[in-house]
Amino acid sequence: MTAVRKYPVLAALVLGAAFMVLPFLVVLMNAMKSPEEYSSDGPLSMPDGVYLDGLADFWERVDFGQKLWNSVLISGSVAVLAVVLSVLSAYAIGIGRIRGRPYVLAFFVLANMLPQEALVYPLYYLSKEAGLYDTRLSVVIVFTVVQSAFGTYLLASVLGGFPREVIEAARIDGASKWQVLWRVVVPVSRPTIGVLMVLFFIWTWNEFLLPLVMLVSDDNQTVSVALGVLQGQRDMDATMTNAAALLGVLPAIAFFLIFQRTLTRGIAAGAVK
Amino acid sequence: MSAPITAASKGAARAAGGSGTPSRRRWRRSRADRTGRARRTSTEGSYALYLLPGALAFLVVIVVPFAMNTGISFTDWSGVGTPEFTGLDNYDRLLGDDDFRESFRHSLAMVAAMALLPTALGLVLASALFDFVGRHAGSRWVAVLRACFYLPQVLPIAVAGIVWSWILAPESGSLNELLGAVGLDALQQDWLGDPDWALYSVMAVMVWVQIGFPLVIFMSGLQRLDPALHEAAELDGAGWWRRFWHVTLPQLRPEIAVVLLWCTIAALKVFGMVYVLTGGGPGGATNVPSYFAYQNFFENFQAGYGAAISTVLTVLILVLAVVALKLQTRAEDENS
Repeated sequence: MTAVRKYPVLAALVLGAAFMVLPFLVVLMNAMKSPEEYSSDGPLSMPDGVYLDGLADFWERVDFGQKLWNSVLISGSVAVLAVVLSVLSAYAIGIGRIRGRPYVLAFFVLANMLPQEALVYPLYYLSKEAGLYDTRLSVVIVFTVVQSAFGTYLLASVLGGFPREVIEAARIDGASKWQVLWRVVVPVSRPTIGVLMVLFFIWTWNEFLLPLVMLVSDDNQTVSVALGVLQGQRDMDATMTNAAALLGVLPAIAFFLIFQRTLTRGIAAGAVK
Repeated sequence: MSAPITAASKGAARAAGGSGTPSRRRWRRSRADRTGRARRTSTEGSYALYLLPGALAFLVVIVVPFAMNTGISFTDWSGVGTPEFTGLDNYDRLLGDDDFRESFRHSLAMVAAMALLPTALGLVLASALFDFVGRHAGSRWVAVLRACFYLPQVLPIAVAGIVWSWILAPESGSLNELLGAVGLDALQQDWLGDPDWALYSVMAVMVWVQIGFPLVIFMSGLQRLDPALHEAAELDGAGWWRRFWHVTLPQLRPEIAVVLLWCTIAALKVFGMVYVLTGGGPGGATNVPSYFAYQNFFENFQAGYGAAISTVLTVLILVLAVVALKLQTRAEDENS
């Protein structure tokens, strides 16, 4: 029975998957066309040759190298700092089992779910008061805290199942709590910490609303914000849009290929944990 | 079980006593050093200290701004000068504001596009991938197909928006060109510029964006199911659909609940895609609460009104979040 129906189902799945990646292929195809070729042949023809001047022009025009660097700097700092903050809080909750633990955990989860719309205006106002408005540091600080809400929640539940015997053994050997954290708990939890770092990096890379509000000058904008603003202002022609789309897609695909296993596993863990 | 061990080992450490040199850095040194250290632990501070940096950071970045936002929602404020306290006026205005009601109606459309449809599609796709591809074509195929469906999830929303606004462009957009090429010129639309179509177009794009998330969750859920149940049903002559309906679905209930609630919350927060694709237009046809709040904050300079909109949105999301937490705890209790 299954032998008969196996192929239609397979074909349908492959077709569905092809539909999902089709937009990427169309973008790739058209990013290699010159404006003349695009206007004469339209978006559906194969490119005559490889024409990369459009990409290079766009790169120059928006100073894309600077945007990439901003995104890397912000996302990288957040990934590291948010993990450190998560580890400290989760140590108190998961291993230390401090009083009121369920309430503290619930607080972190709710903080994680809070819509950024309810924070954005006061953060905008406070950062202006503190002289941090339009600095990359302001975005790093905010996202370190926002991401560590999820990190604390996930790590605390992982550490809750940490074998007590291991910690007790280290304590008997005279290790302080600080030493137990860095020499026992962190090395053992490295897989979870790795997943968190990857997630934080990509989530921060993809963030839009807060960076859009906080980073107004060209020199500080991230890739997402710069491209989103260009598109929102509707001042790009078709070939420029394509160049923008391709340059925006490439880093995401690179991360995806590098981190695919970590990502899919991590997201499953995060949702069902 | 851990508590007695704690007490016993502490007692043992104390009984051992000994003279340690607390100034030493490394803890794997002499026996005397170890026990000396263990004794000192009572003075080194409690675990709660480790919560201090996190608590302070959350106070400054989340709690205070959130309280301020709620406070601003009771005022008339342009963003400069002194806010004027107006009580519940902003909320009163919300009740009579058609744009506000419209934006929440569009939120329901987003819930359909980001929670209901992707969950339903994700369930069928995940089971099909698992049952047909996994069993007959091998795990490499599963991985490749899953990756294809998941890819849009890693894309920055702004970039996904650029890709689709170009595909859906009225003139020389790929979709209209494709329709023209196969002779369906009559179906060509200004997908994002026509008020009758814009919302459906945004919804379709959101399904494309979202589908990978439920798929991945359900696929990992399927792995924990007992294959014996499926085999028993198959022996009893149940076809694929009946097994899917009566065996797979009931067992995946915890995952389905979690996915539905998480996706609903995500749907209520939609901002980036609307900003990039339509700017809430045409004529407010795709406006959503978070974009509406953004407009009031940064375009109309009505911070008080914007704060009221975002407060309503927050209350709604927090209620859902609490339900989600309750469900999740119950699911975990059942599993363990």
